Amino acid sequence: MTRPRLRTLGLLCALAVSALSTPLAHAGKTLDTIKQRGNIQCGVSSGVAGFSLPDSQGRWSGFDVDLCRAIAASVLGDPNKVNFVPLNSQQRFSAIQSGEVDILARNTTWTLTRDASLGLSFTGITYFDGQGFLVPKKLKLTSAKQLKNAEICVQSGTTNEKNLADYFRSQNIKIKPVVFEGFEASFKAFFSGRCQAYTTDISGLAGVRNKEAKNPDDYVILPEVISKEPLGPAVRRGDDDWFAIVRWVAFALIEAEEGGITQANIDSIKADSKDPAIQRLLGTGEDSGKLLGLDRDWAYRAIKSVGNYGEVFARNVGPNSVLKLPRGLNNLWNKGGILYAPPIR
Amino acid sequence: MRQALLRWLPQILLLALLALLLGWLGHNVLENMRERGIRAGFGFLLEPAGFEIGESLFDYDASLPLWRAFLTGVMNTLRVALPASVIATLLGTLIGLGRLARHPVPRRLCGMLVETLRNIPLLLQLLMCYFALTSLLPDAADAISPLPGSFLSKSGLFLPAWHCTPQCGWDMPQVAGFGIEGGWSLTPEYLAVLIALSLYSAVFIAEIVRGGILSVSSGQIAAGNALGLTRLQVLWHITLPLALRAIVPALTNQYLNLTKNSSLAVAIGYPELVSVANTALNQSGRAFECIVVVMAVYLSLSLITAALMNLYNARVALRGAA
Ligand SMILES: N[C@@H](CCC(=O)N[C@@H](CS)C(=O)NCC(=O)O)C(=O)O
Repeated sequence: MTRPRLRTLGLLCALAVSALSTPLAHAGKTLDTIKQRGNIQCGVSSGVAGFSLPDSQGRWSGFDVDLCRAIAASVLGDPNKVNFVPLNSQQRFSAIQSGEVDILARNTTWTLTRDASLGLSFTGITYFDGQGFLVPKKLKLTSAKQLKNAEICVQSGTTNEKNLADYFRSQNIKIKPVVFEGFEASFKAFFSGRCQAYTTDISGLAGVRNKEAKNPDDYVILPEVISKEPLGPAVRRGDDDWFAIVRWVAFALIEAEEGGITQANIDSIKADSKDPAIQRLLGTGEDSGKLLGLDRDWAYRAIKSVGNYGEVFARNVGPNSVLKLPRGLNNLWNKGGILYAPPIR
Repeated sequence: MRQALLRWLPQILLLALLALLLGWLGHNVLENMRERGIRAGFGFLLEPAGFEIGESLFDYDASLPLWRAFLTGVMNTLRVALPASVIATLLGTLIGLGRLARHPVPRRLCGMLVETLRNIPLLLQLLMCYFALTSLLPDAADAISPLPGSFLSKSGLFLPAWHCTPQCGWDMPQVAGFGIEGGWSLTPEYLAVLIALSLYSAVFIAEIVRGGILSVSSGQIAAGNALGLTRLQVLWHITLPLALRAIVPALTNQYLNLTKNSSLAVAIGYPELVSVANTALNQSGRAFECIVVVMAVYLSLSLITAALMNLYNARVALRGAA
């Protein structure tokens, strides 16, 4: 019945456990643990359409989910060897700190505070986003600047809560935040009419609008983008080897798109390509996996299981999904976006 | 002298051992946090909070230091816990008496109320109450006016407020912008917490009151009756004062529970202590410190409540040899 107190208790227990365990260095241990355990513990959201959402059979899908599957394919040879752990905005950081999850792939913004003080490291940016506002069409709003004295629903534990205050302070506009601990309560209150606007990352707004609104067409996203929300996976600090694996699997998916490799054509390209860069990526040239502590097919399996970055995007949040988000900044650097992976060499 | 020492020695040793254990745990927590790159310390309470709070008793804005945000949270906790305690006590007494009524209708009704409310988890009642309020009330733009000068809508209840800044006078709520502005407002979050918490605690208090009254020996009541007092007079002059002896200690527990239960309000967006601490925790990353602050506040509130109730208990308790 008392969820907040239960969570506090959980945190206390985690602290107690960390208090009892004598300090230990644990570099390089995550991969061994994962191999022994036989699956990856992947921290995701409790249900944001497009990013991580379980269906009625409990099968997860989404952009963040696919990243974890790609890593599992790379490391364990099977994209299904992932255990998804739903975490709300508040729980996510304790979960990665305490070792409950090996990776946090949960529409999480990379910020200095989080990077430098929470005992975790962001491995890179997989989705360039920004914060916006969702409003009912019937209010006939065209700009966030018209939200003077409005009540705005927001979930706590997010960057969004602080950006909200920052933005309206800089605009000298007073607003009233209504702050919810849970995701569901936050959007339910908004859709019941309690708030005149709902705020979070624009990708999240698109998910909420399409999945949770009775009639998505009754709601619009205002044009203002009030923050930078670089979303990316994070791992526990102190294990550089595991950090490198997560980072390079994400890069491999981007490299694959740049090289025109898709889930469909990967086998024929693998068999035929004479391009040394592609041969290195797919394991037919120099062994790039050895340096990561993996085998030479590490990237091949990742791409084969979920497709390249563009395919992952299109399937989950792009044209082939209900969200229909534009590629925008998330296009390749040579196609008008800022997605740029260092060479796999 | 020797004997005194012998008597105290084990206790002192135990205390020292406990202190040592706590010190060791504390040291290890800090050490482990440092090891994992998590910083620790309370200095961050002096830095600007950086987030707004939807409702506050005193002026608060995001540029104030974080401890002011915590204070606002504590005040919001008290703002709901104190009135809820009063309402729960009054309501609980009525329901408790109702369950002892001679007439079966009030007796059954009160019985049903008690059994329903105390068997549904408070969190559920809170959510139900909140979403009932927000879906039943009209939109902020079409607020209704139950009494002249007041407004009721999804944005809450707006009443005229007496203000003395800059001049004394009534501040009347007015239709403006997205709904109502000005006046004194109670948000639906506040109302939901107040209602749910009052009702939930009231039924437990009702049982305590009922038990307390039943514990008064029938001889005392018979004596009252023999003196020719009416039923109400017996209740007021004999039964209740005697029952209080049994009621007050148990009541203390209920007040403590009520205050701590108010933390469930985070679920529906009421900015009480835990809600503010959650935000602070996530903005600053200081999970350990924020939880320590919350625990310290609840502990203090509980100890103060218990102390006050004990004082009162000492007054109503039987004195002397009786
Ligand atoms: N990117 C922001 C916001 C992420 C966030 O938590 N968004 C909410 C609203 S879409 C969410 O995912 N909630 C789902 C949940 O709590 O399970 C952050 O890292 O703080």
